[in-house]
Amino acid sequence: MSSTATAVTQGLKTKLRAQGITMVFKRDGKETPVLENVNLEVGEGEFLCLLGPSGCGKSTMLNTIAGFLKPTSGVVTIDGEAVRGPDPRRIFVFQERGVFPWLTVEGNIGFGLFKLSKEEREQRIAYYIKLVGLQGFEKAYPQELSGGMKQRLEVARALAVNPDMLFLDEPFGALDSITRLIMRGELLRIWEKERKTIIFVTHDIEEAVQLADRVVVMSARPARIQGIVPIDIAHPRDISSPRYLELRDGIFEQIGLAHKV
Amino acid sequence: MSKFLVRLRPFAFIFVLLIVWQIAVSRQPGHLLPTPLQVLGGLAELIQRGLLFRYVVASLFRVTWGFTMAAILAIPLGLAIGWNRRAEMAINPFVQLFRPISPLAWIPISILWFGVGDFAAIFLIFLASFLPLILTAMNAVDSIPAVYINAGRNFGLSSSQLVWRVLYPAVAPQLIIGLRITLGIAWLVVVAAEMIAVNSGLGFLIVDARNAGNRYDLVVAGMVMIGVIGLMLDTGMRSLEKVRALRWGYSED
Repeated sequence: MSSTATAVTQGLKTKLRAQGITMVFKRDGKETPVLENVNLEVGEGEFLCLLGPSGCGKSTMLNTIAGFLKPTSGVVTIDGEAVRGPDPRRIFVFQERGVFPWLTVEGNIGFGLFKLSKEEREQRIAYYIKLVGLQGFEKAYPQELSGGMKQRLEVARALAVNPDMLFLDEPFGALDSITRLIMRGELLRIWEKERKTIIFVTHDIEEAVQLADRVVVMSARPARIQGIVPIDIAHPRDISSPRYLELRDGIFEQIGLAHKV
Repeated sequence: MSKFLVRLRPFAFIFVLLIVWQIAVSRQPGHLLPTPLQVLGGLAELIQRGLLFRYVVASLFRVTWGFTMAAILAIPLGLAIGWNRRAEMAINPFVQLFRPISPLAWIPISILWFGVGDFAAIFLIFLASFLPLILTAMNAVDSIPAVYINAGRNFGLSSSQLVWRVLYPAVAPQLIIGLRITLGIAWLVVVAAEMIAVNSGLGFLIVDARNAGNRYDLVVAGMVMIGVIGLMLDTGMRSLEKVRALRWGYSED
């Protein structure tokens, strides 16, 4: 199996390049290798899914790409520039719902807009409230919102600063299955409208095949890239079409799961 | 039952207790307690002599100064220490060593330093408030979820913006609980401090009433006032917990 992912979907400019990312966590004198020589290339405007079993290190990979963690060795470059830390051009949407509970919906969306004038800020806030369908909840606090609304709020807060990349770490993991399906549709709708480069971490094979341009399958810890599966189905995807099932089952097989319960 | 009657319930309970108290005391011949009516008389006498207002103001004055100064110093300091893990490791044993020492144990030293008077009492209240507040602030920083800090950094906040826009709001609910509990402690300590270190205030009223002729009606009147004002202080602090932007910190889920 190949350990690299250099084949960017055809015709896209390279946005991100991760080279030889290795991560070893040290705790109580014990060394735990989490990532092992991961190489990855992501094209501009691409929707990439990192797929792997829980605890395999895919979140660590995403945190490294986002600049929250420093790899033990290896370099991440974005637009040819080495990543040295988090940057407002690339917003991380957190697994544990990072919306600020002390701010209203408006306050949260406006959080990153402190450099804009008051009018511009208000315009942006109104625009993104509409985009994620939170009209009528402008003055509500997060605890008054449902899980799906909070997740949409966090996506809106991220989009409002007009980043060129979004990192999503199992963003829909805590939602019920119906809300999760709706949120996937919403995310695709927004992505098609704004064309941000998205790296989306998930352990859900169906989710990956429904969303991504390419699925990067990662092995159990220490995580390596086990294979890359381009999903050559146009959106909106028919999730009972033969091609969809073929790709999905291929990934099941690659992960070593029998597709029978 | 109407809301009004439900509200009335605690008052009805107190009223019943007062009646039981009145009957019990009047049926036994000794002088173990003054009756509620005698206490009421004592309160009236204190008001008439203009002492009640003066003593309440004196006690509140000391608590306000001691508590406010402690809050102004301890909260930023505690947050800074909590923010810096190494500083916390260095300072925590020191704080833990001082914590079990009752503020009242400082009475001799505070009199030695400041003499008998307001400063000694204020110093004691300051001490009693400072350590709980610094601990509250340190723990509050420790308990901020990392996502809030990471999100703040992600949006490009400078360090000082991070402090004002993420750190303070994230710890505010816990700080307010800490302030409320500490104000209660400060109010306990002022009474004790006034019994020894000064000659005015509600604590002084209580020892003075006993020393100057066993006026237990005045002693209990003083105790009642301490209770009433303590309740008012707590209610005031509690109302801060109702601020909408803070309520997330007190919810069940």
